Amino acid sequence: MAKTVKIVTPLTDEVVSNLKAGDMVSITGYIYTGRDAAHKRLFSLLQKGEKLPLEIRNQIIYYVGPAPAKPGYACGSAGPTTSYRMDPYTPALLDKGLKGMIGKGLRSKEVIESMKKNNAVYFHAVGGAAALIAKSIKKSEVVAYEDLGAEAIHLYYVEDFPVIVVIDSAGNNFYETEPPKYAK
Amino acid sequence: MRKIEAKRIKKKVKELFLRANYHIGEDVLTALKEAREREVSEVGCSVLDMLIENYKIASGEEIAICQDTGLAVLYVELGQEVYIIGGNFREAVNEGVKEAYMEGYLRKSIVDDPVFARKNTGTNTPAIIYTDIVPGDKIKFMVTPKGFGSENMSALAMMKPADGPEGIKNFVVDTIKKAGPNPCPPTIVGVGIGGTADKALVIAKKALFRKIGEHHQNERYAQMEKEILERINNLGIGPAGLGGRTTALAVNIEYTPTHIAGMPVAVNVCCHAARHAEGIL
Repeated sequence: MAKTVKIVTPLTDEVVSNLKAGDMVSITGYIYTGRDAAHKRLFSLLQKGEKLPLEIRNQIIYYVGPAPAKPGYACGSAGPTTSYRMDPYTPALLDKGLKGMIGKGLRSKEVIESMKKNNAVYFHAVGGAAALIAKSIKKSEVVAYEDLGAEAIHLYYVEDFPVIVVIDSAGNNFYETEPPKYAK
Repeated sequence: MRKIEAKRIKKKVKELFLRANYHIGEDVLTALKEAREREVSEVGCSVLDMLIENYKIASGEEIAICQDTGLAVLYVELGQEVYIIGGNFREAVNEGVKEAYMEGYLRKSIVDDPVFARKNTGTNTPAIIYTDIVPGDKIKFMVTPKGFGSENMSALAMMKPADGPEGIKNFVVDTIKKAGPNPCPPTIVGVGIGGTADKALVIAKKALFRKIGEHHQNERYAQMEKEILERINNLGIGPAGLGGRTTALAVNIEYTPTHIAGMPVAVNVCCHAARHAEGIL
């Protein structure tokens, strides 16, 4: 197994450029969460030219709607949701300086083009490994859209959060390059 | 007549949804471990290791296997000699779902209006309940918290009878190919053939309850299951879609009589977290 690259947030252009599709990565630092409903609100603010309720420059957004935390837990089970639903809203956020996304599944051509233009990276977290992933989330607080419940924007502090680079800033796409190697 | 109190229905439904969300079936665990032995992709192996570890954590700590604790779907066989007292059936089921999700730290994922308001009901209800009236004096519940990463990859084809078994195989394999990494492979693929459009979808989902490794009793359908599974695993999509030999753990077909002019085929996909539970009152 290739060695794991350790990175910290916020991201820099240099760190992003050095990440290649297929790299195992462990993330430490603060990351934001957001999924369908939160993305829709952020996007409509940008369309109206208004200020976002969080500074996304150089940050990572994790596509997740966690389960409620049991007493004594920082966070409930928190695996990735399928990313393509965020595609219509994503290029606008990348234009605002968002550097990383964590999710699972395919992205649109528009998103990949925007990632190349803005030097951003898309990480894959293992879907359905939600209880395991939650172990690396040490702190969680709601920072925007509390009314959305599980869909509210949370700020997580994570330690050694396990992901894999699936689409890098050059547009190399592990979802496309790998399966043919194992096809018969 | 046998009297069954509504509150017992509530209690049973609650227990089944909690069990399904925390504890994966032994058949899934075994299938994943066997797949891990066979898998040749390094990344694929590490994904399978994570999944097996995840199931251990969820079961040991009684926390949700996946944050998407699903839409509550129940297939109920209601004995015609059962007389429900002290409440009504539908409310009792929904109360059971609500209590499981409110008290069991499970995510509430249901919105009331699918198009405009999309306001979360806050209780993970209403559940979807399919009821069959059957002989006897018992109630059998088959419940599944159905996640939507995989549900969104469902497909229906109103095929021509002339399309035959090859047409069916191609359609199912294409559906899984298009889904790629989205439904959290390795998946369980439910296929419903016959009936009407809606009936095909209902039996495709019900097919997901079958234990992994068991095949259809009709040899021709069993053979079709094996062929489709092999073709799906030959796609190379692999665990989490990151490449490998394990794309599906099972293909389960159910069929039902249909009209002379048609051959509906429905595909309902379930992620590796094939959560379901059964119980009898």
